[in-house]
Amino acid sequence: MAKTLFDKVWDSHVVTSLGDGVDLLYIDKHLVHEVTSPQAFSGLRENGRGVRRADATLAVCDHAVPTRRQGRAHIADEQARLQVAALAQNCRDFSITHFGIDDVRQGIVHVIGPEQGLTQPGMTIVCGDSHTSTHGAFGALAFGIGTSEVEHVLSTQTLRQKRPQSMRISVNGRLAEHVTAKDMILAIIGTIGTAGGTGYVIEYSGDAVHALSMSGRMSMCNMSIEAGARAGLIAVDDATIQWLKGRPLAPSKEHWQQAVHHWQSYVSDDDAHFHKEVTLQAERIEPQVTWGTSPQDVTHVGGFVPDPKQEEDPARRQSMEQALTYMGLLPKTKIVDIAIDHVFIGSCTNGRLEDLRAASTVIKGRKVKDGLKAMVVPGSGLVKQEAEREGLDQIFKEAGFEWREAGCSMCLAMNDDRLNPRERCASTSNRNFEGRQGRFGRTHLLSPQMAAAAAVTGHITDVRELL
Amino acid sequence: MQKFTTLRSIAAPFARDHVDTDMIIPKQFLTTVSRKGLGAGLFYDLRYDDKGAWNSSLLLDKKVYKGAAILVVGDNFGCGSSREHAPWALLDAGYRCLIGAGFADIFYNNCFKNGMLPIVLPKQQVGQLMQAAEAVAYMTVDLPQQTVSVEGTQQVFSFDIDETRKRALLEGLDDIAMTLKEEDSIRAFEERDRTQRPWLWASP
Ligand code: SF4
Repeated sequence: MAKTLFDKVWDSHVVTSLGDGVDLLYIDKHLVHEVTSPQAFSGLRENGRGVRRADATLAVCDHAVPTRRQGRAHIADEQARLQVAALAQNCRDFSITHFGIDDVRQGIVHVIGPEQGLTQPGMTIVCGDSHTSTHGAFGALAFGIGTSEVEHVLSTQTLRQKRPQSMRISVNGRLAEHVTAKDMILAIIGTIGTAGGTGYVIEYSGDAVHALSMSGRMSMCNMSIEAGARAGLIAVDDATIQWLKGRPLAPSKEHWQQAVHHWQSYVSDDDAHFHKEVTLQAERIEPQVTWGTSPQDVTHVGGFVPDPKQEEDPARRQSMEQALTYMGLLPKTKIVDIAIDHVFIGSCTNGRLEDLRAASTVIKGRKVKDGLKAMVVPGSGLVKQEAEREGLDQIFKEAGFEWREAGCSMCLAMNDDRLNPRERCASTSNRNFEGRQGRFGRTHLLSPQMAAAAAVTGHITDVRELL
Repeated sequence: MQKFTTLRSIAAPFARDHVDTDMIIPKQFLTTVSRKGLGAGLFYDLRYDDKGAWNSSLLLDKKVYKGAAILVVGDNFGCGSSREHAPWALLDAGYRCLIGAGFADIFYNNCFKNGMLPIVLPKQQVGQLMQAAEAVAYMTVDLPQQTVSVEGTQQVFSFDIDETRKRALLEGLDDIAMTLKEEDSIRAFEERDRTQRPWLWASP
């Protein structure tokens, strides 16, 4: 029977069926970070249980770490310091590899997995973090889990899971210049809504998707969760295999050919059945900007803040009104008239080298608008190192950006990088929820290029006018 | 895990749609290394002002809802971050059962791991329960019978739930202990995998 890519990964990982549609699924790789793991490790200790496969587990601190160099040796926030220390101790106790705060390989968990070559096609990958979907860019089934499940994986290397349904989202044609993977995924979320993918695993396909670099594919799969799907994935092609070649945790020379042969089977069969299909035309996608407090509150840069009065569904109308009040925006405001206080370039959506390069081409030779705060937080220590080798840090610093150490930073503002109340931020991250970047902070999601353009002009700007 | 069989309680209303886990428990409460005590941070940004002073206009904070263990919620509740701190916070504040038209996947899953029951009902029925909750009512959730009823009315709604999840709640089963019984199958899978994907088993 014809199978989808998702079916192939799922079926090859069923340890046994537990009845009632629940399978016991083997987990190939488990990523662990400081915020969602301490209770799992205490659970293990309380029950006298161990870690089944420390060799298949990798830990890193990213969420709560400061990104100012001075702050890293001794974390000022006591709770965060204890949490980071607890991760290090737990990893020592259970012999888990850990990239600590002073390791150059440290960074956002979803940036370092692919960077190290840990993320490979056909794998099942989990992490106590909803953006684990990022790893699906490699044709892996990767999804976020809660802390109880983290403990379950540590102890058994498996998960009890009910099989989700499959959805295929095809983006056909070619993206216009300066329109990015981020715009594509925001447009998709605008189309299907934040609950549109609930209960599904999404496969992204079509020529516009396969024309993306691996970095772009990761940006797309990353935000599957914002569309309600636990996982998003993309079939393996040459780009996938090229990325993996020579990475530290990729298969050794001895096994390389065998692995590549195995990986190449991770594509959907021609006549595979999907429970739902959505199609978009790439040429129609313009640079996207969110105006509200949910990623589905999105429009294109040439658009306007919508008027709730024109919304027929009363529940939707009410949530739009709430969003506009929170965001301090009036209906029918031109998107490009929205003035910005802060620009954040980073996160697991857009904190990779390619994103920093793209933003730097806009910034080069220009200055950050007076009075505006702007920062770049590389997704990992290695991204930072490579960017510095290419001189990107100089471009950003000369323009007036702050150049930080790696971490999640203002994507969720658990450390000291955060917006002040009512400050407005153009951000390359993935969530514009109320308070996400700081209490009463206001977030507009967009691509790195668009964020860079806003930094220069001080308001939302169509980057194509600057290039 | 605490068993869940039947639950009778005042039901508190929380009508908002797309409530994300950041809203349920904001990030400043995530640096804890414990599962306990998170109730203090529940809906924090909706309950306290800039200066940290209590300023709640939430219906569920009205005195009549004190002690409520049932929360009737809006659509797509629990979206966003996978943080299990969200169900921990709700549980710590006393809520053991949530009733809504749809929950985000990870949140839904996380509830069961903590002996909590998220009930999905058609939008229209949730609407009726929301009205009942807003008018203040006792509700009874009967897991063995799979029903929700509103006291003093004829309203009884049946809900669906997976057999395995139902059993786990009724008996207070520990998932990990159950899975550990599958050790033979897990080991057999690993043995097969060693030959099929040797690169994943090569020592570094
Ligand atoms: S960068 Fe943001 S979304 Fe990504 S893992 Fe960190 S906090 Fe989560």
